[in-house]
Amino acid sequence: MNRKKRTTYFLKGMRDGLPIGMGYMAVAFTMGIACRNAGMTVYQSGFMAFLLHASAGEFAAISLIVAQAGILEMIFTQFVINLRYILMSCSLSQRLDAKMPFFHRFLLAFALTDEIFGISMSMPGKLEPFYNYGALTVAVPGWVAGNVLGLLLGNILPVQVVNALGIALYGMFLAVIIPAAKKNRVILGLIIVTMLASSLFAVLPGIRELSSGIRIIILTVLIAGAAAFLYPIKEESEVSHE
Amino acid sequence: MNNLNFLYIAIMGLAIYLVRMLPLVLLRREIKNVYLRSFLSYVPYVTLAAMTFPAIITATGNIISGIVGLVCAAIIAYVDGNLFKVSVGACLAVFVTEFIMGLL
Repeated sequence: MNRKKRTTYFLKGMRDGLPIGMGYMAVAFTMGIACRNAGMTVYQSGFMAFLLHASAGEFAAISLIVAQAGILEMIFTQFVINLRYILMSCSLSQRLDAKMPFFHRFLLAFALTDEIFGISMSMPGKLEPFYNYGALTVAVPGWVAGNVLGLLLGNILPVQVVNALGIALYGMFLAVIIPAAKKNRVILGLIIVTMLASSLFAVLPGIRELSSGIRIIILTVLIAGAAAFLYPIKEESEVSHE
Repeated sequence: MNNLNFLYIAIMGLAIYLVRMLPLVLLRREIKNVYLRSFLSYVPYVTLAAMTFPAIITATGNIISGIVGLVCAAIIAYVDGNLFKVSVGACLAVFVTEFIMGLL
């Protein structure tokens, strides 16, 4: 890829990463407050935000540190809570250009968050790593800033503003799945079934006690698995750009 | 305990990075199996839908503003689909709803 094309994708990634960064800041703000309550320093909180940049992972990390859990328990918990990234990472690997230099895979892995995955999969064709990097350079600072500000300022932001920002990331998910559902009936059906099943999972005794990460994995394996069986995609093209 | 926190964070950071990295690095070839391919291309939509609903309705101050935000986001996404507009529109809808509710 030539330099000009890289820059274009990087800038596009930054633009699409802006709402992600905004949403991250709001989510991370509450995380920063939790860090302060856990007795962590501002550097630790910022370091954790930079390294983990995952909401469930960070919440778990804070409670594990507070509980003075063992190192093996920390590793195991992070692994289980973040298992959905394995599915996303597999899915991402199939969208890469075979000619892409290998080191990009290590960087793309660092840039793998729910939201960046979401927007990069909504792009047509082969994945352009620089799009993801552009999004990452806006999104992760938002995450770190949220953590640091939350820890330092606590409750200085009006609660209405924090509440309003709380929906930003979900809005983005909808911006990825709804346009795809508009173009493809199978995806529309999948989304409806998933949302119904997910609601059911959130209230059913025995299942609602599972962590949300585990519930998402079960739903994904069951529903995407059934869909692959019922509606296999025969042609070369991916669903996302039919 | 305080300095050990850096170590704990680094270890957990490594764990989460491995989860993100291993499939990308290990799955180097294109999967030929049509069912597996289909499965992986359906994964994003199912995962994102499962993460969004019902969590979105409890993401704000109350369920009503959450539902208003959801409906507004869905409409903007259907009409336009631009990430930024959908996100900001949803935030504004929530803010205005909670503001009005505060007046009542």
